[in-house]
Amino acid sequence: MFASLEGKKALVTGASRGIGRAIAVALAEAGADVAINYSGSEAAAAETAKAVEAVGRRAIILKANVGKSAEFEAMVKEVVDQFGSIDILVNNAGITRDNLIMRMKEEEFDQVIETNLKGVFNGIKAVTRPMMKQRSGRIINISSVVGVLGNPGQANYVAAKAGVIGLTKSSARELASRGITVNCIAPGFIQTDMTDKLSDEMKESLSSQIPLARLGAAEDIAAAVRFLASGAASYMTGQTVHVDGGMYM
Amino acid sequence: MSEVVERVKRIVVDRLGVDEAEVTLEASFKDDLGADSLDVVELVMELEDEFDMEISDEDAETITTVGEVVNYIQSHT
Repeated sequence: MFASLEGKKALVTGASRGIGRAIAVALAEAGADVAINYSGSEAAAAETAKAVEAVGRRAIILKANVGKSAEFEAMVKEVVDQFGSIDILVNNAGITRDNLIMRMKEEEFDQVIETNLKGVFNGIKAVTRPMMKQRSGRIINISSVVGVLGNPGQANYVAAKAGVIGLTKSSARELASRGITVNCIAPGFIQTDMTDKLSDEMKESLSSQIPLARLGAAEDIAAAVRFLASGAASYMTGQTVHVDGGMYM
Repeated sequence: MSEVVERVKRIVVDRLGVDEAEVTLEASFKDDLGADSLDVVELVMELEDEFDMEISDEDAETITTVGEVVNYIQSHT
């Protein structure tokens, strides 16, 4: 369907579960070797690695907190050392600390900004050097539909995800002349552990806003990542692709 | 001395696509050689590799001419 990713080397953050795992597997199916970043469960990351290897590609597992720039830099260096290059970075890692603004603690706000927004910046910065040198690269950031629409109880998460869209545009402009494209995907309501945690009330209200009237699957997001990582998307940069069943249009 | 100058010149010519005669010690990367800020970052990266050294961001910001690069490399290697 899309151009092959044969021989490409990818790093996917937050790839032990959910959308990140589906992205890692989809890139592998398209031919890429995949570095799988995780922060919590090594066993879950190993499951993703198994799925990558099952389609005949190389997988490595790397533990790092994306919110810490030194850890992200060390991780990228490890990928380049082991794979020889880095062609695709998918900034997917994200956390939630939902609360009403009146009740939200400063640490809850800071933690989400650090992982979900600064983590993306750290990633872009870390791959810029190797990608500039090779005069090519694909950076794909995972935002969220709520970053565009807003959502009560998620001020921290929404601020971070809206920030990712701006960060995508700025870095796209900065790196375009070097053959590096930076795009963003804004998933809607996708069936994962993260959305399982939402209250029934929030799930119901979100579902009623989906024109296609069903939750998305992690594979729906992975397909969009695969397209943006491929040669088929070479004339796109700075864009946000909305994969949300029509929630935002 | 001259060896460093030659190696720096070669990288500048190669990276910025300028004529070797333009790359004098007094030449400013941005004003005389048409480099934009990203070009300068890339030049610094290549010089780091060529001379196997690290140039901190703070130091890199103070370097504006070919001669300054040559001096920096000579005093740090």
